[in-house]
Amino acid sequence: MKTAVPEEENALNKKDFVAPNDVRWCPGCGDYAILNAIQRTFPELGVPKEKFVVISGIGCSSRFPYYMNTYGFHTIHGRAPTVATGVKVANPELSVWMVTGDGDGLSIGGNHLLHLIRRNPDVNVLLFNNRIYGLTKGQYSPTSEVGKKTKSTPVGSVDYPVNPLLFALGSESTFVARTSDTDMKHMVETFKAAHAHKGTSFIEIFQNCVIYNNKTWEPVTGRESKAEQSLFLEEGEPLVFGAERNKGIRVNGFDPEVVTLGENGVNESDLLIHNSKTSNPAYPALLSQLNYPAFPTPFGIFRQLEGRETYEDAVTQQLEVSHSKQGEGDLQALLTGSDSWVVE
Amino acid sequence: MAQAKDNFIEIDSAVVRFAGDSGDGMQTVGERFTDSSAFAGNDIATLPDFPAEIRAPAGTLAGVSGFQVQFGSREILTPGDEPDALVAMNPAALKSNLADLPTGGMLVVNTEAFKKMNLTKAGYETNPLEDDDLRNKYHLVEIDFTNLTKEALSESPLKPTDKARCKNFFALGFMYYVYGRPLEPTLKFFQDKWGKRLPVLAEANTLALKAGFNLGDTMESARNRYQIAKAPVDAGVYRKISGNEALVYGLVAAAKQAKLELLYAGYPITPASPILEGLSALKHFGVKTIQAEDEIAAMGMALGASFTGKLSVCATSGPGMCLKSEFIGLASITELPLIICNVQRGGPSTGLPTKNEQSDLLQSMYSRNGDSPIPIIAAHSSSDCFDCAIEAARIAITYKTPVILLSDLYIANGAEPWLIPNVSDLPDLEVPFADSNEEYVVYKRDPSTLARDQAIPGQVGLEHRVGGLEKNEEGGVSYDPNNHEEMTRLRADKVNAIANSLPPSEVFGDAEGGDVLVLGWGGTYGAITSAVRNLRTEGFPVSSLHLRNLNPFPNDLGDILSKFKQVLIPELNMGQLSLLIRSKYLIDVISYSKVQGQPFKVSELSNKILETIR
Repeated sequence: MKTAVPEEENALNKKDFVAPNDVRWCPGCGDYAILNAIQRTFPELGVPKEKFVVISGIGCSSRFPYYMNTYGFHTIHGRAPTVATGVKVANPELSVWMVTGDGDGLSIGGNHLLHLIRRNPDVNVLLFNNRIYGLTKGQYSPTSEVGKKTKSTPVGSVDYPVNPLLFALGSESTFVARTSDTDMKHMVETFKAAHAHKGTSFIEIFQNCVIYNNKTWEPVTGRESKAEQSLFLEEGEPLVFGAERNKGIRVNGFDPEVVTLGENGVNESDLLIHNSKTSNPAYPALLSQLNYPAFPTPFGIFRQLEGRETYEDAVTQQLEVSHSKQGEGDLQALLTGSDSWVVE
Repeated sequence: MAQAKDNFIEIDSAVVRFAGDSGDGMQTVGERFTDSSAFAGNDIATLPDFPAEIRAPAGTLAGVSGFQVQFGSREILTPGDEPDALVAMNPAALKSNLADLPTGGMLVVNTEAFKKMNLTKAGYETNPLEDDDLRNKYHLVEIDFTNLTKEALSESPLKPTDKARCKNFFALGFMYYVYGRPLEPTLKFFQDKWGKRLPVLAEANTLALKAGFNLGDTMESARNRYQIAKAPVDAGVYRKISGNEALVYGLVAAAKQAKLELLYAGYPITPASPILEGLSALKHFGVKTIQAEDEIAAMGMALGASFTGKLSVCATSGPGMCLKSEFIGLASITELPLIICNVQRGGPSTGLPTKNEQSDLLQSMYSRNGDSPIPIIAAHSSSDCFDCAIEAARIAITYKTPVILLSDLYIANGAEPWLIPNVSDLPDLEVPFADSNEEYVVYKRDPSTLARDQAIPGQVGLEHRVGGLEKNEEGGVSYDPNNHEEMTRLRADKVNAIANSLPPSEVFGDAEGGDVLVLGWGGTYGAITSAVRNLRTEGFPVSSLHLRNLNPFPNDLGDILSKFKQVLIPELNMGQLSLLIRSKYLIDVISYSKVQGQPFKVSELSNKILETIR
């Protein structure tokens, strides 16, 4: 083993996580900002560098591990959740980060993502959503809007899109959040919260594909529109948005509606108060339906449930219980079994 | 045959087949008969044969379940070509099995089941038991097992329908009488299984078994009894073992010998599910098992665990192998150790899920995109699965490669006696991970094995990335044309280098050559060896060689093949090994194929060998 470095010099910084390889995303790609945010986040987590593992599938976003100076595994299309599960179960001490995209995670890998989330291993899932297939040069994706014209849908897509957050909630996710490649501070905060959560953390990141779907999130996150079309969730605070901070979300029956504070006698006490810890999925599901243009799009932590055991802990615990009940496995006794006979 | 005292006729082997409805407990009585024969000191081999449907409609041909066992005082390598005695618990069992019973064979039937409705379901227009031909052709023994069992259990508190369900053990008791089998192992089985939980059932089955045995004593038609001496085997402690059990134990042993944790990921599939179930029961050995959402996921989980430095294993059957192919390619290019067991069954597609075939050899060789050679080994018998698991682990760990271990349904479900190895005699499989004190070069290779060093997450300073894109020696992504060719060649050379670690091949017969070499692989070992042994006893110049390593082939194989005038390759497929041997050695081998979902009969092989000689 290498000589231990004195404590004060041991502090990691961003540079420690920059891999020697050239980064080869298109100039202007939103992935750069996300890479930057992760490289800023990791040194602040108190995890030794050798314990990070970054695992991806296939697609532009899935080149991510090559640009991180950590242990990394660039796997095959859609299957990163399976490798991440294997890594985490095999060695629960590792900090496992999975990078996927809307095609990788929700089309070819939808099944694995469902099962990863429901098993709840402590894996942090970053789903880069740009609503397009970039690496195959511009076909519509499972999050593309109906009517999307692409090379494979010259007269518009007829597929109804999947809502990534509702998918995660349907898979009984214990941590669901959304952030955007345009908001460095918010990304770092969200990643830190995901790391702190014990269990699978699912983060949808609005990410811009500058070549094949440029400005797809501009109406929500753009400089001009952000204040009126984005809603930042804060624990225990009412759902307020707008440049004047005078609009909010109220529930009318089962339906959300936008109201203006001070109009028709509406005040803050009429608004929904953000509670990410309620076990009932109805509230985060309702949030997931707040979509452009009728509603501001929420960012932040939709749901974080404490207390559900992680998959790797449950597996480890069964091993420990069996060990304490049956004692250390005796191979010779196992091979001999209970019905052996002796030939003299 | 020699007449012995007490009406016992001394014979050197016998084959008994139990057949009935899939709910009649035929597998259970077959297993018990096998245990009893092993306990009596005979050599044994078994062939369970059951339908794909768990409970096909009762009484129909589709629902017939059978279990054949051969036992003897000589070496027994197969479950036997045809039964000497057939127990048919209903008309459907009679109809689907009678053709296999030779003239003069003993036919034991449960007369109570030969009622109009069952006869119709089996497609009989008249009751075959009233047919004189049946009486003349076979040694027919008619017993009302159902009602005799109920009578024997008249004092039992069981419900009448539950009493009738004990008839399989009544029939077993009768056959124990005929073949002079000891009752003790079965009585112990009842106590172990139900003694504490359902003592009433243990008692009822005990009564049924004994009543069946005693009936033999009183029946005129069962007067002849057979006696089979102990088989001359090496001294030691033995047990009966199936291929799937042996594989489970071999994997656990391999992990221990490699000083690695074992992680198994699987998806239920016939006939590999017992491996998942078996390993799941061994948590006190530190074995982690995951039942994945599908075959692909199982492979991904295993590969993830392999990346972290565990001994990782998947087991499946042909259709599962199709799904795993892309991941096997990833394991190949990332050069991570992994064992993939394929318990073969009849294909293609869903094919014959509960019948035997060895038709996935070419799939194992070539199912991946790109040039991605993978070592392949095949077990030749149930107990050989134990040794093959250890050998697969050795290759995977030493050469940092996925290994395909081929088993098949016949050896997975079949059982034989096994001389239990001493754990202290097992080989040391430990291979150290990369040294944290040295600079880590991801694809730097050991000059003799060409294997790369593996560093695992958690090792300080050895952070690196692996993945499906081609890499250069340093581990960086590389599209350089010459690098790709060099890496492709290195991966192939590494797999070929495994041959240098193999022991010399052992020819059964004349190592110096002769007229015919019968070349085989996998579960056909017993039938091939029996046929060749019989013919050699008769003086025919025939030898055999059974391959464990199918990729790479042993270094001495070409030399051995060249010493024989003809090479005959019997396979339960359309000639897959034949294709490989022809292409590698340019020898015009004779391919002998059978794809009926059943193993070779010794007689079929003997005839083919004789035809080849003439």
